[in-house]
Amino acid sequence: MQPEISVKNLNKSYDDGFQALKDINLDISRGEIFALLGPNGAGKTTLISIICGLVNMSSGQVLAAGNDIIRDYRKARQAIGLVPQELATDSFETVWAAVSFSRGLFGKPANPAHIEKILKALSLWDKRNNHIMTLSGGMKRRVMIAKALSHEPRILFLDEPTAGVDVELRRDMWALVRQLRESGVTIILTTHYIEEAEEMADRIGVIRQGEIILVEDKNRLMNKLGKKELRLQLQNKLEFLPPELAAESLELSESGHELIYTFNAQHEQTGIARLLRTLGDLGIEYRDLKTRESSLEDIFVGLVRQ
Amino acid sequence: MNFYGVSAIYKFEMARMKRTLMQSILSPVISTCLYFVVFGSAIGARMGDIGDVPYGAFIIPGLVMLSLLMHSISNASFGIYMPKFSGTVYEVLSAPISYIEVILGYVGAAATKSVILGLIILATSKFFVDYSILHPFWMVSFLVLTSVTFSLFGFIIGIWADNFEKLQVVPMMIVTPLVFLGGTFYSIDMLPEVWQTISLFNPVVYLISGFRWAFFGVSDVHIGISLLMTLGFLTACLVTISWIFKTGYKLRP
Repeated sequence: MQPEISVKNLNKSYDDGFQALKDINLDISRGEIFALLGPNGAGKTTLISIICGLVNMSSGQVLAAGNDIIRDYRKARQAIGLVPQELATDSFETVWAAVSFSRGLFGKPANPAHIEKILKALSLWDKRNNHIMTLSGGMKRRVMIAKALSHEPRILFLDEPTAGVDVELRRDMWALVRQLRESGVTIILTTHYIEEAEEMADRIGVIRQGEIILVEDKNRLMNKLGKKELRLQLQNKLEFLPPELAAESLELSESGHELIYTFNAQHEQTGIARLLRTLGDLGIEYRDLKTRESSLEDIFVGLVRQ
Repeated sequence: MNFYGVSAIYKFEMARMKRTLMQSILSPVISTCLYFVVFGSAIGARMGDIGDVPYGAFIIPGLVMLSLLMHSISNASFGIYMPKFSGTVYEVLSAPISYIEVILGYVGAAATKSVILGLIILATSKFFVDYSILHPFWMVSFLVLTSVTFSLFGFIIGIWADNFEKLQVVPMMIVTPLVFLGGTFYSIDMLPEVWQTISLFNPVVYLISGFRWAFFGVSDVHIGISLLMTLGFLTACLVTISWIFKTGYKLRP
């Protein structure tokens, strides 16, 4: 199947010589939720801005919904909705006027029923006649999402959609994104909250210093790189690891007060039972134990540090 | 052609005029009335006719042009500067709309406002001076042509300006002097010869002269030259704008 977005050999250098993107190749399939992760300044927003037409590319090719974003820019852009990172709204317009304006701008005839549907889905219906400047930050963010959805795009870009947004709106937004995906919309989001990518994304791409260093199915990534850890707080300090316990996945903390056992939670035999039995046999007592799963965040930090 | 897009921008800009009715319409009308009181009645009463035209009527075309130029520039420059300033310009840049359509929307709206303003000032003038228009067709043509040209010029300033000071500096420091020295209140024949020659480098002289010809059939320079100069400036603005959009100057990094 033809990818919904196809980026080939994309490069971007700014006038001051800064190379923001280096030979990016990326295919995004129709109907998936793709999360683009990366530290600040890695090039996430630049990549999105090029696809959406806000920044000129230096070289390469981008197809959106099968249309070259430069040659067939009208068709390509009509398929795309963008919610940028920065909160930018007209102050003096009403919510209704601003969202209707966006639909017209993208070449669609007025459709009050559709606008009504979006505003209701985003809990903006009661505010439709309010001037945007009277709204709270979270509400303005909703207005920007409504604007991006006003022309029924096939592809939706959410650049840091939940930065500085309260928990309720974040939940609402996640629900909305899932609903959109069910209706066949492809969603590309960038985020700082790894939790968000973990919760939402089908696939994850990691970008570092202008290069895509990894693109992987989320579940596979978590299985492949995700580990589980068992930490035992010891009653008494251990000077060294007893030979009976010598195993690759077990280590003693530097203070000697903690045993750390790493295991793969996907395996049938985690070895925890055996470990605890051995400890009992050896008379090593512990007063507390906890397990924790490495999150996407750990994986991400590991990748970006490399 | 993205007709809905053009109409969305046009309506958005016209709605802005409705919100700022005082500033857009009332203030230029009031300032024009003041000019009529001071120059038309107080000073004009002691002035002889210029050509065969009474002084009060003589200044009408210049006063209309004065407001037309200032407001075309400020309307159009503000129209594109504000979205740049607030960040909402992202939407226009990411929309399936060509730059010609963007200009049709923004400049079309700014020019419409200017034409409306020009006509209101002309109507107001009737209360102060009696005048008739010799060539109504050319009068309207000059009105529209000037509004469009200087709205384009304002649009360029709006893109070029990256702070409010720059936005003000061109209208205040360049356009105002050019208009005052462009024969609003006098015929350039009245100047010493050196200044007459210098005046011919002032593009506004041609606008006012052409406009005045449409009213009274008298002009400082030939009407054909006025028309050519105006069209020339219009072309220069169009070329600049197409360059801006092709290179992405200050719009698309």
